[in-house]
Amino acid sequence: MTQVLLFNVFNGLIVGAFYALMALGLSLILNLSGVINFAHGGFLAIGAYLAYSLMPFIGFWGALLVAPFLTAAIGLAVERVLIRRLYGRDPLYSLLLTFGLAYILEDATRYIYGAQSVPYPIPGWLTTPLSAQFFFLTGYRLFMVALVGIAVTALFLILNRTRLGMRIRAGTLDLETVSVLGVNVRILRNLNFGLGIYLAGLAGVLAAGMLGLQPTIGTSLIMPSFVAIIIGGLGSLPGTLLGGLLIGVASGITTVFFPSATEAVMYIMMGIVLLVRPRGLLGEEGRTQ
Amino acid sequence: MKRVSARTANAAIWILLLTMPYWMGAIGGYTELATRVIVLGLAAMALNFLLGFTGVLSFGHAAYFGLGAYGAAMTIKYIVPSTPLAIVVGVAVGTLAAAIIGALIVKLRGVYFAMVTIAFGQVFYFITFRWNSVTGGDDGLTGWHRQPLDLGFAQFPIGTNDKAFYYFALVLFAVAVGMMAILLRSPFGRTLLAIRENERRARFLGIPVERHIWMSFVISCLFASLAGTLYSLLSNFTDPRALHWSLSGNFVIMAVLGGMRSFWGPLLGAAIFVVLQDYVSSHTENWMSVIGLSFVLVVLFFPRGVLGIIKRRIAA
Repeated sequence: MTQVLLFNVFNGLIVGAFYALMALGLSLILNLSGVINFAHGGFLAIGAYLAYSLMPFIGFWGALLVAPFLTAAIGLAVERVLIRRLYGRDPLYSLLLTFGLAYILEDATRYIYGAQSVPYPIPGWLTTPLSAQFFFLTGYRLFMVALVGIAVTALFLILNRTRLGMRIRAGTLDLETVSVLGVNVRILRNLNFGLGIYLAGLAGVLAAGMLGLQPTIGTSLIMPSFVAIIIGGLGSLPGTLLGGLLIGVASGITTVFFPSATEAVMYIMMGIVLLVRPRGLLGEEGRTQ
Repeated sequence: MKRVSARTANAAIWILLLTMPYWMGAIGGYTELATRVIVLGLAAMALNFLLGFTGVLSFGHAAYFGLGAYGAAMTIKYIVPSTPLAIVVGVAVGTLAAAIIGALIVKLRGVYFAMVTIAFGQVFYFITFRWNSVTGGDDGLTGWHRQPLDLGFAQFPIGTNDKAFYYFALVLFAVAVGMMAILLRSPFGRTLLAIRENERRARFLGIPVERHIWMSFVISCLFASLAGTLYSLLSNFTDPRALHWSLSGNFVIMAVLGGMRSFWGPLLGAAIFVVLQDYVSSHTENWMSVIGLSFVLVVLFFPRGVLGIIKRRIAA
């Protein structure tokens, strides 16, 4: 029993790390530009399938390195051509546009790679369990947790230690003043969008190794990411991270005791948070208005 | 002059709706398609009560639509085979859920309101998806049929006759739409418009904004769940997709496509959307791309919607 519980907690932690990676990207874009990027799941799928296509040529590690950057490049282009036009307009429109984009991306991946799920090969030495008792601790899972940890640390370092990060944080608070101070806000938003999409691409490559590839891989992860943002607190990136891990672990534990509520539990948590603390666990006051 | 033209427009719309089953075939459609237009049109108009006339961005109306659908289906299958009762139960279930969830979210605004409404919609999706034994899970709820209507003095064969069911749906559509129109003209409706235009000023005037938004949300969801009951009765079937967030997105695009700021806009948007979807999905496997592309094009080039453009032309 303890082992089953431990297994599911660990599993939940991994799933939660995915949610967090997705949600952090969404949160970055939402905070600076006020756009809910519904197509985030679509970008995740692009990252996964790009890695799949590149792997025969540059290997597992090459794909892991290159695919997220390519995804981010596509993200930069999409922001430039489509999303930029909608800043300053009713948020309804960017929501609808990215919603349509999500449809197109999912359909395009299905058209190119087929609706069937395809396995994503990972190096053999990563798949063997590390210990006989804790059979679920494969190298790949530990590797994923480590990589998500590195990515998140890097993100917070970028935000806190670099000029770009400082401007993103400042822009989140008051974009107009940042613009008046001579920062090119268009470029700032563009780069910020790219950064968010990079995280989605990275999550895609990692998810491919664990879940296999299918066109709906992104759409199934987007709702939990919303929940992670709301639970963690609007406008707070550490909150988003916490929210993602929390709902991942909670679903893991629920799987043990009440399997049919695995998905529902995070929405119940969201309801409780909204009831008790509408701004979210680490959210600042006033950002929900 | 303006009043007269509005009256003629209304009369023309009702004449078109009353005769739809008879000309739908001539333009390549069928009666069930006509019913789908008014049912989804009702859902889009119900959403627009909130979206266009209260200015609140709800992206999760499929949840209440779907609850209505399941409420009606399960009533007929498990409790009592009566069409009117199924509708009453479906509407009650959807409205009750909306009243509870609405209370949790009225303090949120804008994109956050949208995000929370979408996310909450998924609860019901997963419940129906997982609760196999009762809801039929992913395969949907089958093995039930809408029943003929017996009012004592007259019997209506709405169970088997497609045209009869169309007119049955049209009667309920007319009642719902009439009630929405009356509400929007009442002081309550004017207050909603005031909140849409300037929430802060409305608050300064002493209007309890949260309570009004909650009421508008519940009313909007009530009519959305009515549309949901009709939707499942129409096909004698319902599945979890009736609650999925992609359907919520479709409702919003219907409202925007037709024109959010006009009363009839969403119905027009629904008609265009339903016919387009029916046509595209029978001609290509990649209908998702076509629908997605239409979202992008509407946002970039027709943000005011068809009726919005027409109104502008007339005014110019």
